[in-house]
Amino acid sequence: MLEIKHLRKSFGSLVAVDDVSFVVNAGQLVGLLGPNGAGKTTTVSMIAGLLTPDHGEVLVGGQRLAGDTDPAKRRIGLVPQDLALYDELTARDNLRFFGALYNLTGRALDEAIGAAMHLVELSDRIKDRVKTFSGGMKRRLNLAAGLLHDPDILLLDEPTVGVDPQSRNAIFDNLETLKRRGKALLYTTHYMEEAERLADRIVVIDHGKVVADDTVAGLQSRVAPVEDIGGVRANLETVFLTLTGRSLRD
Amino acid sequence: MAFIQVIPLWAMVRKDLQIFFSDRRAVIMSFAVPIAIASFFGSIFSGPSRTTEPAKISIIVVDQDQGTISKSITDGLQHDKNFKVTTTTLEQARDTVRRGRTAAAIVIPTGFGDAAGLALFSRREKPQLDVVFDPSRSTEVAMVRGILTQHVMEAVSKEMFAGPRGRQLVDETLNSVDSMPMPEDRKKLLRDMLGSVQSFYQQNQADPNAGSGGGLTMPYTVREEPMTAGSNIAYNGYAHSFAGMGIQFLLFAMANLGIEVLLERQRGLWKRLRSAPVSRVTLLAGKTLSGTIVALMTLWVSFGFAMIVFGVRIQGSLLGFIGVSVACALMAATFGLLVAALGNTPATARGVTTFAILIMVMLGGAWVPTFIFPAWLQQATLVVPPRWAVDGLDAMTWRGIGLSGAVGPVLALLGFAALFGTIAAARFRWEEA
Repeated sequence: MLEIKHLRKSFGSLVAVDDVSFVVNAGQLVGLLGPNGAGKTTTVSMIAGLLTPDHGEVLVGGQRLAGDTDPAKRRIGLVPQDLALYDELTARDNLRFFGALYNLTGRALDEAIGAAMHLVELSDRIKDRVKTFSGGMKRRLNLAAGLLHDPDILLLDEPTVGVDPQSRNAIFDNLETLKRRGKALLYTTHYMEEAERLADRIVVIDHGKVVADDTVAGLQSRVAPVEDIGGVRANLETVFLTLTGRSLRD
Repeated sequence: MAFIQVIPLWAMVRKDLQIFFSDRRAVIMSFAVPIAIASFFGSIFSGPSRTTEPAKISIIVVDQDQGTISKSITDGLQHDKNFKVTTTTLEQARDTVRRGRTAAAIVIPTGFGDAAGLALFSRREKPQLDVVFDPSRSTEVAMVRGILTQHVMEAVSKEMFAGPRGRQLVDETLNSVDSMPMPEDRKKLLRDMLGSVQSFYQQNQADPNAGSGGGLTMPYTVREEPMTAGSNIAYNGYAHSFAGMGIQFLLFAMANLGIEVLLERQRGLWKRLRSAPVSRVTLLAGKTLSGTIVALMTLWVSFGFAMIVFGVRIQGSLLGFIGVSVACALMAATFGLLVAALGNTPATARGVTTFAILIMVMLGGAWVPTFIFPAWLQQATLVVPPRWAVDGLDAMTWRGIGLSGAVGPVLALLGFAALFGTIAAARFRWEEA
């Protein structure tokens, strides 16, 4: 569904992403992990069309993504790390606006809003202004805004930052539902337990390069001979630290 | 691809208007503040109406002479419609002027009347009249100086040609002509003239109804005709002040729109906008259109208030007024885009744009009319959009100029809008990391 080929992006002399390639299939959630500054957000930004790659290409359903108004962008939904919502507006007005950006109008828009709000369990707060929402509710609405136009691919950039366990679990349930519906999900996070629970595959990126691309079990088996203690398999955090090192990042 | 997508465009406009109207307190402030300030400036610069007297300049007269002429001068000043005159001592007068409670104090020193009378006909030393003034009110002092000359000349000449003290002074002058340092032929001429004045006095004494007691007066009168929209239409200073303040506050409103774009960027909202299949032209056009609508509302609500409360009327062309208003609003909206394109952070953008707007509106004549500027500056102000906006709105309201008066300002404002929009589009940061 989503194919990334040899993406490269530099900012001046800093190479943020260097020859990154991976695939996300339909019905699959791929966890994109990496330390701070590894190039995760830059990669997601290039896939979403927010940044133009210096080199490489993004293929959606086999077609190369090109230009601001490429219809293929309609097949991608973005859930940014920021709570990208208008606090002054109601949840419905926020979604009406974001839906209209994808040419949704009238009944189709109302149905899309209803479905998205139902999925994130916020239907009863649809007429309330976003500024009255809790952090967890805003996170769920942020997810709903990315789903309105029923994209085949969903890019989730740290979608659970700063939310309580209840809201986080609710978001996990939403993502598993989407996976069952055949959506291709790319999920960046710093929380290893989230990736362990949700991801079908993990892509580890560091210093702008892909250092591992495997299932959780496959990654664990890579470091097992060293880290396996007393018959207990190394967890994902141990694997991550082994792959990316323990030095602090800016 | 550079094309406008209608559904996203209207969604952006509707969203921006919803956000604008969602904060009722801010909405009231954005309409009420320009109205309040324009009303204040309008009341200052309107001038007197036909039914009210002009504001009088407060002056003090210190009459140390207490002679016929000095009393006549004081009386003349007290009856002048431009002055409110009080009399006091020199010390009190100085203190009052120093404290800024009055514009000037005129000190008539002892012996002034006689000395002035003698100086009128001979080359004797001219007596000195002291004017103690408040340096912060130099405009009023210039007016005091001019009117004072008129009253002194009237009082001195009246006394010299018709009064008993004048007769004495003429006699004294005649007696001292021989000792004056001037050629004989000139002395003869002076004797002849003073002799004629004596004859004049004698005739007046024989026939008191001959009508001679006027002294020197102004040899002309002035008929003033304010050039407004028509002969029966008075100048309405509120029209100018509402134009000026309207422009100022719609520029502030649109700068705020630009800062809102920077805030939206900080909050990640532009990531959502840019990830959607919406063209750059649509995004900029949406912002421009919503800004233009908000700016137009700000301007028209202000003028609506001025029309209802202060009787401001569109004496020129209604179509021209609409044209100038729309061009103003478009210019202001693109100025907002410029702020969004060039601003780094909301805080720095706010500081820089506030300074820029204040300079522009000051040079544009929004606070005070541009005619008080030096000639070179009046020409230089043509490069700031508010000058054209204020001129255009003045032309369509109190000046009562037809549609032709709107053409220049509309074209200039559209030119500024095109310039701002082009720079904004070229410098806008489209990449979102």
